[in-house]
Amino acid sequence: MTATIYETTDAALDGISDGARVMVGGFVSASSPTNLIFALKRRGTRNLTVMATNIGFGDRLDELCEDRQIAKAIASFAVRASSARASRFEEQYRAGEVELELVPQGTLAERIRAGGAGIGGFLTRTGVGTQVAEGKDVLSWQGEEWLLERPLRADVAILKAHRADRLGNLSYRMAGRNFNAVMATAADLVIAEVEEIVETGELSPDEIHTPAVYVDRIVRCDPVEVRWDGR
Amino acid sequence: MAAEHKPRLTRELVAMRVAQELSPGSTVNLGVGMPTLVAAFAPPEANILLQSENGILGYGGFSEEAYDQDLVNAGGQPITLNPGASFFDSAASFAMIRGGHIDTAVLGGLQVSERGDLANWSVPERGGGSIGGAMDLAVGARRLIVAMEHTTKDGRPRILRECTYPLTARRCVDLIVTDLAVVEVGPDGLTLREVAPGWAPGEVVTLTDAPLTVHRGVPEMQL
Repeated sequence: MTATIYETTDAALDGISDGARVMVGGFVSASSPTNLIFALKRRGTRNLTVMATNIGFGDRLDELCEDRQIAKAIASFAVRASSARASRFEEQYRAGEVELELVPQGTLAERIRAGGAGIGGFLTRTGVGTQVAEGKDVLSWQGEEWLLERPLRADVAILKAHRADRLGNLSYRMAGRNFNAVMATAADLVIAEVEEIVETGELSPDEIHTPAVYVDRIVRCDPVEVRWDGR
Repeated sequence: MAAEHKPRLTRELVAMRVAQELSPGSTVNLGVGMPTLVAAFAPPEANILLQSENGILGYGGFSEEAYDQDLVNAGGQPITLNPGASFFDSAASFAMIRGGHIDTAVLGGLQVSERGDLANWSVPERGGGSIGGAMDLAVGARRLIVAMEHTTKDGRPRILRECTYPLTARRCVDLIVTDLAVVEVGPDGLTLREVAPGWAPGEVVTLTDAPLTVHRGVPEMQL
């Protein structure tokens, strides 16, 4: 099925309703879908569960907390070790107003990969003997303990790629694949903002990182400059 | 002068000592904070391949040229690439880490126990803290070096019989490099391998909670 090309980010988010589970690609500044995050903010969709490797660490996802659109985050970086400089999400987290499921970054990536690949769970040594293991099954195998981790899926994924063709194939730039390429496989509705849309056939098969089968909607946007000061 | 007031190594000197541990041609992941500084002290002829868990193998130093937001390391800092660098997605990156393909990881630490348990992501009295990629690196890297301060700012030891902060992973640390000492974690506990210049082994022992095996003639770090 060919991806649908939207003229605006607002139109591209059509159908996302309150309470949606939304994956958000990107890593700090790299290939973060900032235009789609802004559109989600304008849309005012509430009670969201967002899944992103970081929130409030150089991304603009934190701005969804201004109008308290986020009810829960599933993330690997969300709260600093000190409250000296807090994001909005952190302030709301420390006040007990939002829920957080803190997940080791590799476990987050693999849970999403499993969700997209039809895998019902996997065993990992990551998190054994830590708070992450609480409430999870621990299995013994080959003389070691392993945690059983479950897959993650979402209603919607919002992603950023560098280029798309009209079929919906995506190509990322530099360190932009990160969580984008994994999340593309694990949501019912996959929406990508891209800097350029080319005719089908103009992307070399070798440079396609996310095949079109995964992508439902694309929208062309100039990238928003994001820069983290590292604090 | 009381030992706790003697000068200690700077963060840069700790990083320099850690860099001596990296084998030529090895693949290394550097955590955020003090470990990041290690990159500057790895000699170019050692051909260390630096991995960043956001999906880069073969980055160089920190970029001082035009900022490119798509080229940042796992700490969000702009970086450069060395010839032969490659990009991949986060699932592939952590498969590389968990699959045992990283020779050495260098992580910051808050506490290390005598068995090599590591706590490095949360200070309970402050609340919060984030795990990031630390738990994956701690269990996945073939060798784990922790670079940290030997004591807290108010002088409490960070090398303990038992960690009191939330763990990153159990029995994962191989070597601890602090601003006072190099300590090796072995099956029978901790051994003091080196002391910072000007420090006596006994002074380091008094600032360490866990038992340290101290052989005769512990050398000073060569920096």
